[in-house]
Amino acid sequence: MHFSIQNILFLLVAVAGFGLFAWQARKIRANILVGRDRDMSGHVNERLWKTLLVAFGQQKMFKRLTPAFLHLIVYIGFIVINIEVIEIMVDGLFGTHRFLQFLGPLYSALTGTNEVLGALVVLAVVAFWWRRNVGVVRRFTGPELRAWPKLDANVILYVEVILMVALFTMNAADLKLHQLEGKALPGAFPISSLLTGLFPDNLTALAVLERVGWWAHIVGILCFLNYLPSSKHFHIIMAFPNVFYSRLVPQGQFSNVDSITHEVKAMMDPSYQVPAPATNPDGSAAAPTPFGAKDVDDLAWTNLLNAYSCTECGRCTSVCPANLTGKLLSPRKIIMDTRDRVEEKYNSPLIFHPSLYGPEAKHNPQEQLDKENHTLLRGYVTPEELWACTTCNACVEACPVNINPLESIIEMRRFLVLEESAAPNSLNVMFSNIENNGAPWAFSPSDRFNWADDLFVTEKTPVTA
Amino acid sequence: MAEQTAKRPVSVPLMADLAARGESPEILFWVGCAGAFDDRYKRVTRAFVRILEHVGVSYAVLGMEESCTGDPAKRAGNEFLFQMQAMTNIATLNGYGIKKVVTACPHCFNTIKNEYPALGGEFEVIHHSTFLQQLINEGKVTAKGGESFKGRRITFHDSCYLGRANNIYEAPREVLEVLDADLLEMKRCKTNGLCCGAGGAQMWKEPEPGKKDVNVERAEEALATLDGDADVLLNLQGVESTAPVLPAGSNRGGSVIAVACPFCMTMMADGVKNKEREQDVQVFDLAELIASAEGLNA
Repeated sequence: MHFSIQNILFLLVAVAGFGLFAWQARKIRANILVGRDRDMSGHVNERLWKTLLVAFGQQKMFKRLTPAFLHLIVYIGFIVINIEVIEIMVDGLFGTHRFLQFLGPLYSALTGTNEVLGALVVLAVVAFWWRRNVGVVRRFTGPELRAWPKLDANVILYVEVILMVALFTMNAADLKLHQLEGKALPGAFPISSLLTGLFPDNLTALAVLERVGWWAHIVGILCFLNYLPSSKHFHIIMAFPNVFYSRLVPQGQFSNVDSITHEVKAMMDPSYQVPAPATNPDGSAAAPTPFGAKDVDDLAWTNLLNAYSCTECGRCTSVCPANLTGKLLSPRKIIMDTRDRVEEKYNSPLIFHPSLYGPEAKHNPQEQLDKENHTLLRGYVTPEELWACTTCNACVEACPVNINPLESIIEMRRFLVLEESAAPNSLNVMFSNIENNGAPWAFSPSDRFNWADDLFVTEKTPVTA
Repeated sequence: MAEQTAKRPVSVPLMADLAARGESPEILFWVGCAGAFDDRYKRVTRAFVRILEHVGVSYAVLGMEESCTGDPAKRAGNEFLFQMQAMTNIATLNGYGIKKVVTACPHCFNTIKNEYPALGGEFEVIHHSTFLQQLINEGKVTAKGGESFKGRRITFHDSCYLGRANNIYEAPREVLEVLDADLLEMKRCKTNGLCCGAGGAQMWKEPEPGKKDVNVERAEEALATLDGDADVLLNLQGVESTAPVLPAGSNRGGSVIAVACPFCMTMMADGVKNKEREQDVQVFDLAELIASAEGLNA
């Protein structure tokens, strides 16, 4: 163990890196909690099972095999290589070298697996880059994927390659250093052993390269960690709580608004006691909450958690019947808008600031946007988008991390209809038909049983000889 | 064993009449607005009643006491109107002590099954595809003695509110299997099924501006699947057809798009009409196909 200035420096870097991340995580947590309360307690076993299948097990990714396999490589690489990060932390803090080597054959298995996965990750990232930038995948285009999101997607890929290069630099230099000194380096290095030829024969240069690789790897990881809250890559953390808190009821079941239930019950039964309205902690009456959602704080906290879990893969949009047929609606945009708006109105993370990328940037055409009031509804999402939804749940089904764009769409429709009476006229006609005729069409209720007139059935009776 | 057939008039039992006699039916058949008013879907309602009469199950309908479940209002965001409708219907159903509801409309099915319980309406709710599947499994319906579908091509279009909304994918397919027809699946089927374009209250409004109507996109897919048209399928779904090609003017005439929802029925029929194929491809509900195969139409 060689304790040196390096260890103190490392301690400072690590504390700064994790501290900064904790500070950002608190801001994001506060953003999510501006959403309305929703009781998601209970069903813990069912939720854990779902998290195991969908988040850890990547179950829904496998609806599309090519990206699923590529993603699986990077995902497993991420998990396994992070075991090595534990070693880097211990080495960095205590001046040990390859602290986990006491594992013996297990250490060889670990380092060997790491190397193979590292190489596969590089290959997968190249394939991802190709799919995204050479334009073979339609869902990586679209008005909401311009500017920041497009840059963000590529930054993630570049950083992943840089991290892998740092890892291989560290290993290959270390390996060659040991070879030249005639010593055995614990562990197995199937890839780095192929790379040693690229490295100089100078012992000092190798020692420096090993340190450069080591520092680049860990500093890169800490920087990346602090980039996450500004990025779609945040899904590597948020996917887990998001899946855990996903809806367990049938997808067709929409929420019943409780305050409306009280009103309707009071109308039908005058003796019904409506519960007292909510009060502020100081006892004054709280401002009444609007029906539906005009802005992000009218959505439930789970809808905001959704927004932070989205990796902008566009599977939702690519199966949306409205989007497929050229309508403005894109479920992915609704989710991205939600995140941008909550960061504009409340806390923004370290790197991304919504002013870099306002609502106009991803809305085309812009005429219908309310550019003065950036509320989620009208400032980001236009009624034309909302009214194009067929509520078919294809987006919900497609999302690999169980995001539910449909809930947010319905909440905004509720605001349009119940607070602004701003439904399309044909829907207002449908509403009044239901009110007056008990049917969405203008038929007389007295004709409702006419279908049964002049009805005959063929009666079959066995003939016994 | 030989059979004698006769045409028998049906007097559909009303719940109010049964209640007046102190009787309670095994099932309440919830007809739905489309089933009661839409001329095309009334034929489905009548086909389903013929099946109920044929198997001799005790049933009743609400008749004029039935009212919209509130589904279109709820999907359009009018929660207030939805709950008014829901509580009125729940009061009617609870007033008669109804336990089991069967309906041919996936939207009514979803609403009564999933959204009424929290408002005080707890019923066992069964979609007619599941009900028909049960009758077939029990041997009460054999799909024999009527029209033969043997060798004809049928593709089933999943209703969103039956499929993704409530995970019912197999029941309608098992019902179709009894027809001994040539069943073809569209690529976008089951969990990946493409909406007909009517859900979420779209049925009652014009679509937003776009390149195409959703029902046309879906009808193109269904027709290409039935025809074995590899080029169209490659363009729409990115897969080639595995079914032999049926050239235009050949025996395409027998092909059927099967649906299990009144709104899918309207949208798919309009889509087929848009592609000018209504002469050789028909859109039928499961109940119509079964009633016809069983020879119940009189």
